Amino acid sequence: MIKIEAVVRPERVNLVVEALIDAGIGGYHISNVSGKGTQQGVEVFTGRGAATTTRAALPKTVITTVIKAGLQDTVIEAIVNAAQSGDGGQIGDGKIFVSPVSEVIRVRTGEKDEAAL
Amino acid sequence: MDSGSVAWMLMASALVLFMTPGLAFFYGGLVRGKNVVSTVMYSFVSMGVVSVVWVLWGYSLAFGEGGPFIGNLDFLGFKDVSSDPEDGAMLFAIFQMMFAIITPALITGAIAERFKFTTYLVFLVAWITFVYAPIAHWVWAGDGWLFQMGALDFAGGTVVHINAGIAAVVAAYLVGKRRGVDRGVEPHNVPFVILGAGILWFGWFGFNAGSGLAADGLAISAFLVTNTAAAMALVVWVILGHIHTGKMSGVGAATGAVAGLVAITPASGFVGPMGAIAIGLGAGVLTFYAVRIRHKFGFDDALEVMAVHGIGGIWGAVATGIFAVGGIGLVDGNAQVLGYNVVAVLATIAYSFVVTFIILKILDVIPGLGLRADEADEDAGLDVSLHGERAYVGDGAD
Repeated sequence: MIKIEAVVRPERVNLVVEALIDAGIGGYHISNVSGKGTQQGVEVFTGRGAATTTRAALPKTVITTVIKAGLQDTVIEAIVNAAQSGDGGQIGDGKIFVSPVSEVIRVRTGEKDEAAL
Repeated sequence: MDSGSVAWMLMASALVLFMTPGLAFFYGGLVRGKNVVSTVMYSFVSMGVVSVVWVLWGYSLAFGEGGPFIGNLDFLGFKDVSSDPEDGAMLFAIFQMMFAIITPALITGAIAERFKFTTYLVFLVAWITFVYAPIAHWVWAGDGWLFQMGALDFAGGTVVHINAGIAAVVAAYLVGKRRGVDRGVEPHNVPFVILGAGILWFGWFGFNAGSGLAADGLAISAFLVTNTAAAMALVVWVILGHIHTGKMSGVGAATGAVAGLVAITPASGFVGPMGAIAIGLGAGVLTFYAVRIRHKFGFDDALEVMAVHGIGGIWGAVATGIFAVGGIGLVDGNAQVLGYNVVAVLATIAYSFVVTFIILKILDVIPGLGLRADEADEDAGLDVSLHGERAYVGDGAD
């Protein structure tokens, strides 16, 4: 089992989730976060609206899902296709982190691992 | 007083009262989410404390016939303040009470996010007694020295706005900068700011169109010039914001409207619609750049009370002397009122500065008081640490 954490643009979340469901995942959760990667910050007004400042951290959304190892390539391809913005991708489109998961337990039944996904 | 005027003045008084919760939302939206209850409470609690002080001794000190500088104690507890509509004394005292409530609330924009709430309550009592009441007496009481001299302040440019702006500078300086302010504080709820500005604008019709104390042509004219100046200053702020930043800020639009309202306040009974356009234009430009350069000074006037109310109010007082029609203003070839108003501005600045400074210095050294909340309380946010409440309780599940 592996965990996929995809940091994406908030406005692409619905597309990514649809693609994940089409790819056959069992479940996911979504977190609204802010942070900074390669992309520069966002310019916002401070105080009374006469001057702006640049905020280093940008709003992003993280979609987390745990899947069977065999689905890895399909799921990653689905996320990349859905999360990439126009003209073959832009800085700020996001990043995908893949990590192993040692155990999964379904709370309702106590089922374990792949049976619990 | 005719029944139409009595009805209008009761309504106008309620409108002015409603400005204070409007201000609470206006300021509340501008601060960080951890300090919004605190910021709203600074304004709301003034409706409690100042109303009581006003009935007990505030009105008497402000409007008793005590001489050129301060009233007397004849009207303690509203004794001998007649509710007879023919006399109108109680109606006037009610209307004036609402002005006294909002004025110290305006100051709190400068001290938001760090001023100790218990000390603030004592400050409210002291400031209304020793700063607001005397200046209101000078300007508006029949035997006040500025009134006698001939300075014109229709609805409170000096008494309310310049007074609050100067006290704000003193308070911001003495309480010190907010922790972490140099990283730049982003308003946490822009719709609150615009809602608050809208309520202020609405209430300001009572403030200005009520200050003639009658339902007559003067009230109608004051209503129009009030709206016009606010509108003009709003437009100026939005345009200047776009020129300097490429964007049009909602907070900027709200600030511009308030700046226009501040500036027209002293002039609203004396100028025509074109005078209001000029005053709104001047207010927009002056306050916009005042906000931009304020950061170069070493005090953290958190919500720009000096830039908006101080500078806007000074411009309004001067502009009254320039644009007043009917042979009063410079545009009609009369420089006298302009001179009187400059004296009124300087006197208000000097008195408000010195006495506010003394009050805060004393409060700072009284054991158990002090101006500044503890560092840990400030970091956690004053809402949880001083009020035991959070404005936003997660998703409600906890």
